Amino acid sequence: MLKGKAFKFGDNISTDLISPGRYFHLRSDLPELAKHAMEDADPSFTSKIKPGDFIVAGKDFGLGSSREHAPLVIKMSGVSAVLAKSVARIFFRNAFNIGLPVLICDTDKINDGDELEIDLEAGTIKNLSTGAELTIGKIPEVMLKILNEGGLVPYIKKYGDFRL
Amino acid sequence: MPRTLVQKILSEKSGIDARAGHIIVVPVDIAFVQDGTGPLTITQFEACSFDRLANPLTSIIFLDHAAPSASRELSNDHNRLREFAKRNGAQLFEIGDGISHQIIAESYANPGEIIIGADSHTGMAGALGAFATGMGSTDVAIALCLGKSWLRVPESFEVIINGHLSKGVCAKDIALYLIGHLGADGATYKALEFCGDGIAHMRMSERLTIASMAVEAGAKAGLFPSDEITHSYLEHYGRGQKYRPLEPEPGASYERVVRIDATRLEPMVAKPHSVDNTALVRELEDMKVQQVFIGTCSNGRLEDLAVATEILRGRQRHPDTRFIVAPASRQVLSEAIHAGYIRSLVDAGAVIAPPGCAACLGVHHGVLGDGEVCLSTANRNFKGRMGNPEAFIYLASPATAAATAVAGCIADPREMM
Repeated sequence: MLKGKAFKFGDNISTDLISPGRYFHLRSDLPELAKHAMEDADPSFTSKIKPGDFIVAGKDFGLGSSREHAPLVIKMSGVSAVLAKSVARIFFRNAFNIGLPVLICDTDKINDGDELEIDLEAGTIKNLSTGAELTIGKIPEVMLKILNEGGLVPYIKKYGDFRL
Repeated sequence: MPRTLVQKILSEKSGIDARAGHIIVVPVDIAFVQDGTGPLTITQFEACSFDRLANPLTSIIFLDHAAPSASRELSNDHNRLREFAKRNGAQLFEIGDGISHQIIAESYANPGEIIIGADSHTGMAGALGAFATGMGSTDVAIALCLGKSWLRVPESFEVIINGHLSKGVCAKDIALYLIGHLGADGATYKALEFCGDGIAHMRMSERLTIASMAVEAGAKAGLFPSDEITHSYLEHYGRGQKYRPLEPEPGASYERVVRIDATRLEPMVAKPHSVDNTALVRELEDMKVQQVFIGTCSNGRLEDLAVATEILRGRQRHPDTRFIVAPASRQVLSEAIHAGYIRSLVDAGAVIAPPGCAACLGVHHGVLGDGEVCLSTANRNFKGRMGNPEAFIYLASPATAAATAVAGCIADPREMM
């Protein structure tokens, strides 16, 4: 069960807004890179976010680059899941590969600052602030298995191969 | 049921009847990383305790994003990548060799192959009838060692391009029109399959431009059939024997059909800060531009430099407009020197950047100042993309870019040809 506060963003949050290219030289220094998470979408993001909180966004979250550093800096900033109406494909795959759940749901039913409780097993999101209940879009089985192991590296270390 | 081009390739590779929505494991013919994604790939490769590459000859590392290095940290990243390549027998392309996607097209990609790259524009190799798609560092780390990856078989959109482009209108204008029409997420998780009489006579350089932009509509891949144009391209690069004709089965079913009449297209731009925010050049004339950039995997090829040269020969860049040109590869630069294009561009006031990604992604070679406007032939114009969130990026064809460099404001190339 995940519990935390919603940090609301709009549509089309690109990987350039999540982890700007001007910090390209910090990519091998992840703690330093993570200090700039979401910087061009909300410069105060890393100072406000608390462990367990959620990013809640509109459509096409994570569009753009294949940089896995985008989900990585989000995870390192303490975010326990990203909720969006839709998400760009490479970001979606990268997030699960590093153990960050990305959940597709109707985020119009969530306001900035709402308290949320998420049951990944049941596929439900409870908005504790409004009482609304949301369902999570179906996630391919293979991605759930990867997530359950904490990411693709631990998954491959355990199974040695893809188990579909 | 007849299969789309994607289903045909993925069925052949997976050994099962691959239909949209199936989750399959496929062998990977070519796996690559670049200097932005590669260091994390090495970290993940080592975290898995891997010590060998499945296919060293098609495991490739490209130093193209910061080339030459712009900082001490990036130099150290480059050295880490060089050492990894040496230790494991991977292929390494040095700074100045060019952009990964261009070298994949020139030297590696073949029809029917599966190509996975840790770069979002990997789909460009779809121009050669390959299934090529971008993934992240970890997926590529696994593919490098196991020689395979998992995929969800995508639904395909059929994009029918009919008719000839008129003079001054380029493949980039088709790509921008298509993305404007579909929207930046209009093809998310889908494959785009291009066909129609408009592609039958389209040069490979133009197909590469269009395929490089498929991801800007969210697509997983963008594929052209493999035909005689593919054949002559492969022959030109010394691997004609790798040619095989490849097209969708007649009657294959597509989730959506998009028709483009090329004869009716005009020069287009994508306005800040998204690629689907398109407009006609003539709607934006008089917009002042401080920097013009011609280059990238999308439009840094010989044919792109040729069209720019045609416009710029005997003309000068506008005194208030900087003009940067970055050939997509060493081979492009060499051929452009031989053809006299570089001389003409330099005489017209261009700065020639080394072959590589150059100004595209905001690391070096043309970072923008606050409030500045750049017109670029790149594939992306997101806020902050060129190193400054206070700058504005317009995307357009190399012809529009050259005309803009002369005029100092967004200009219609047809008036200078």
